[in-house]
Amino acid sequence: MKKLNIEYFAILRERAGLDRELVETDLATPAELFAELTRRHGFPEMATVKVAINDEFGDWHAELQDGDSIVFIPPVAGG
Amino acid sequence: MIGFRIAAAEFQPEAERDSIAAPTCGGYVSFEGWVRNRNEGQEVLYLEYQAYEALALKEGNRIMTEAAERFPVQHALCIHRVGKLEVGDLAVWVGVSAGHRDEAFRACRYIIDEIKHRVPIWKKEYYSGGDSGWVNCEACAQHANDGQHN
Repeated sequence: MKKLNIEYFAILRERAGLDRELVETDLATPAELFAELTRRHGFPEMATVKVAINDEFGDWHAELQDGDSIVFIPPVAGG
Repeated sequence: MIGFRIAAAEFQPEAERDSIAAPTCGGYVSFEGWVRNRNEGQEVLYLEYQAYEALALKEGNRIMTEAAERFPVQHALCIHRVGKLEVGDLAVWVGVSAGHRDEAFRACRYIIDEIKHRVPIWKKEYYSGGDSGWVNCEACAQHANDGQHN
């Protein structure tokens, strides 16, 4: 089992009711992980969600590694 | 100086302007983004910006470097607020100084456009009716739900 540090922002933080959580999983990719967390927390459908792995933009189909920090990035609205 | 910063409290753009003045520069362009009292037909009372700071700083600084590579500017600085902001407050400031005005205008425009689309910063608006919403997130969610029910 891999241990992953998930941090939530904005609408995802509100829906999850958590700033962060430690997830133990055998899921292989951020895409599979996001689908699972969406089921668990009831995340809304959004146009474009990105993923960051260890504080850098990452690939939805990258292989998750034990100890990775993961952030899902809902549509941004700076400026 | 080429840089992007996040500010948790009010800052003074005049002081930032002075920090990027230089005798080699014949032009200075700045942009201020302010909190507006309406958005998409709703009256906005105040709002909250939240940042994923570690990545926002990386991506913001990448944008500033790109701007400096594309346009020959002397200094380019951008500061984005986080936290609670009231109507009229300064949300984002961009300042560019350059030898000539054209590159200063173009770099400033490039920076603000890219910042809005790429930097992981989110805005939650609080409306007069008591409702609130994360801009670009809730609307999409609503449309997605509409689609499912049709």
